[in-house]
Amino acid sequence: MPGRKIAFAGTGNLGNNWGVLVNNHTPSETAGKISRREFFFRAGAAGALIAGSGLGGLALWQRRHFVPGFQEKSGLHLPSFALAPEALLPQMAIAHGDGHEKVIRAAIGALGGMGRFISKGDIVVIKPNIAFDRPPALAATTHPDALRALARLVLEAGAAKVLIADNPINSPAGCYLKSGLLAVADELQLDLLYPESGSFSPIQMDGEILKNWSFFEAPFQRATKVIGLAPCKDHNLCHASMTMKNWYGLLGGRRNQFHQHIHSIVSDFALMMKPTLVVLDGMNVLMKNGPTGGRLSDVKKMGTVVAGTDMVAVDSYGYTNLLERNLDELTYIHKANARGLGNMNWKESRYKEVQA
Amino acid sequence: MKLRTARRISQVFFFALFTFFVVVTDLRYLQGYPVSLFLELDPLVAFATAITTHTIYKGLLWSLVLIIPTVLFGRIFCNWICPYGILHHFIGWLFGKGRAPEQERIEANRYRSIYQIKYIILIAMVAAAVFGSLQIGLLDPICLFYRSMSTAILPAINLAIPGSVYVRQYFHEGAWAIGFLLFVLVGMNVFIPRFFCRVLCPLGAFLGALAPAALWRIERNPTKCVDCDLCLKNCEGASDPHTQLRKSECFVCFNCIEDCPEDALSFQFMPPLQHEVTLPAVPARRAFLGLLLGGAFFGFGRSSGASDRNYSKKVIRPPGSVEEKEFLDRCIKCDQCIRVCPTNVLQPAIFAAGIEGIWTPILNMKVGYCELNCTLCGQVCPTGAIQKISIEEKNGMGAFAEQGPVRIGTAFYDHGRCLPWSMETPCVVCEEVCPVSPKAIYSREVTITKRDGNPVTLRQPYVDPALCIGCGICERECPVTDEAAIRVTAIGETRSLDRRLLLDGGAA
Repeated sequence: MPGRKIAFAGTGNLGNNWGVLVNNHTPSETAGKISRREFFFRAGAAGALIAGSGLGGLALWQRRHFVPGFQEKSGLHLPSFALAPEALLPQMAIAHGDGHEKVIRAAIGALGGMGRFISKGDIVVIKPNIAFDRPPALAATTHPDALRALARLVLEAGAAKVLIADNPINSPAGCYLKSGLLAVADELQLDLLYPESGSFSPIQMDGEILKNWSFFEAPFQRATKVIGLAPCKDHNLCHASMTMKNWYGLLGGRRNQFHQHIHSIVSDFALMMKPTLVVLDGMNVLMKNGPTGGRLSDVKKMGTVVAGTDMVAVDSYGYTNLLERNLDELTYIHKANARGLGNMNWKESRYKEVQA
Repeated sequence: MKLRTARRISQVFFFALFTFFVVVTDLRYLQGYPVSLFLELDPLVAFATAITTHTIYKGLLWSLVLIIPTVLFGRIFCNWICPYGILHHFIGWLFGKGRAPEQERIEANRYRSIYQIKYIILIAMVAAAVFGSLQIGLLDPICLFYRSMSTAILPAINLAIPGSVYVRQYFHEGAWAIGFLLFVLVGMNVFIPRFFCRVLCPLGAFLGALAPAALWRIERNPTKCVDCDLCLKNCEGASDPHTQLRKSECFVCFNCIEDCPEDALSFQFMPPLQHEVTLPAVPARRAFLGLLLGGAFFGFGRSSGASDRNYSKKVIRPPGSVEEKEFLDRCIKCDQCIRVCPTNVLQPAIFAAGIEGIWTPILNMKVGYCELNCTLCGQVCPTGAIQKISIEEKNGMGAFAEQGPVRIGTAFYDHGRCLPWSMETPCVVCEEVCPVSPKAIYSREVTITKRDGNPVTLRQPYVDPALCIGCGICERECPVTDEAAIRVTAIGETRSLDRRLLLDGGAA
């Protein structure tokens, strides 16, 4: 303590606390007058402080009020990743057989090969559905073998980079790990993106219900092609989750409100995303207790993969031929069809059915 | 190499190791790292849980390893290994007396009688443990530091740098209190060096009680000593090396030996005990007061009824948790389970579980939900408060099908808040996310006439209590987010026969 006291004593009278502004004091100065130079310096500092706070205040002044929650919203416009229409090659391919690798290759081959969709140097986003923390056998998530097969085809076609992105309902780390996709991403050196809060920005959709919504935008910043890779699943509310419903996983925000207008919103997804290609994995189909499943007895082996450029057609096939149900009840398909977002009469489209 | 250098290397190493284990206690990085090591090495955890449960759970046997250096050298743990002690040492150097004048530092490091408080705290905690209330975790340095990291520091870091710790930001109820407590305890170093270690630490007191048996100790040669007191300048433990060493207070930091200008101090094998104060200085009446305090804590806490008939519906314990009273026997509030939980559902209780259950883990479904295919909380629990159950045991699969799944509570609808039940609006998100198969939530399609006269067809949901496991994802995902229209309460948990709901246990 004695040391501190000495230090305080040394600073002398209060005037000396302005040591920064005031240079060499002589005893006569502290007694009475200050120099002209010091007068201007100190008056200038005081004036600058007043002027600076005034200008700063004006610059930050909010003149008008607003109504919280009703501000004008704006968002990015997502570009189309679809290719120009093809006159000759099939729009849809249905492949049957055993093993994801073989069947997916056969389906893509029937469409004219991956070279039709992917060019050298493309940056490709593959959107799987790993909404739930489930092992692959329960067929509630995109199967790792499906991702491996598809990603290999994309890489063989010369893609520079493959990004995998989904915003699951369950915790992302668990979904990425336990779906088996993390291991495939490591094996093939795909970039796996977690849905971090900074990865979302609003997009402008102007759909029937969804006008402006938080979107998992990070993977699309440099993407040149987009492929949807969805499992074929039963769904408790909207009957089925296939390639159109798969885009749900790119949205953020309060998704649990979607259920109030689920069919309109699922058809809005077809407006929101114009993918290069969609692949519906119907090798093992979750027939009931969807979209989560949970028992092997909920799953039926169907040995089919459907790939195509029109997700409405692909999903129509999936609903009638894989989930084996009546398309009349699938309201969102009818809505999408009526809005001109695709053709639900898949038999009318150019399709090719092959055996792998 | 100088002893001080060796000690600093050890400090950096163990602090880094502790931090590393805290960071990798995350589903993305866990790869069989022994993340519970520091808690398992902590002999107070093993000793106190052995009192309450008459067993030493799994890895707690590692604590015997720490007994060896303590019995050889004394409280070497406090200044060479303990990450919380190392934090205090560092902060004291940075903000405390580290740069104060020599005389001020010497005065700050003299023994003071308030340093006996830690022994009284230890006695009170051991007394409470004898009755069956494990409270060491409130102040045990490893538990306290882990809890602070898990609930306050890591979330705060992630707020500053999004994505650095979590994919989605974590929140913990009352994190501010835990964070500020850490701040205050660490900040006390400015006034009293090593305040926590010298005054409060029950683990330090426990090791201090073992230290009198140490074979090696600091010995002063009075013929060389010139009574300059420079040995106190950097004395971490305030153990009076300048006169009669207080062995129970000595942190074995070796600063006194290196600071002595006369070489009067040395580390000796079995020096004569007459030269020192061997036992902790605690007057018998104060020790008795500690006993009374511990007994009273148990008596008042337990008679509040929070662990008995008056239990709170909010005390939903993690899957694999033992019955509530046994839980209070075992949980050390380290909150490692809260750190590893992948959904942030685990929260440190404030008063929901009674005064005895402060900072023990409970599930808050407003924040997260219990992941069906996850037992990480039980994997990391060092004391078995949450048993290390497998996924098969948790979900009643395979060989465990007959006993059925572990249930942690039951979901109930609040029809007045439910969109399809009282607001003519379709929803059933709850049914969609219900993870069991068949789903515990089912819905019936009804066509009702709306207020405007038009019909609407929607699905109204129900809970099947025989299938519900209480995971709470329905509550988590309900669009009525302020107070969900379906909420899980603790009733129906399988860990307690007193708290089951269905007579047949709900076996499907």
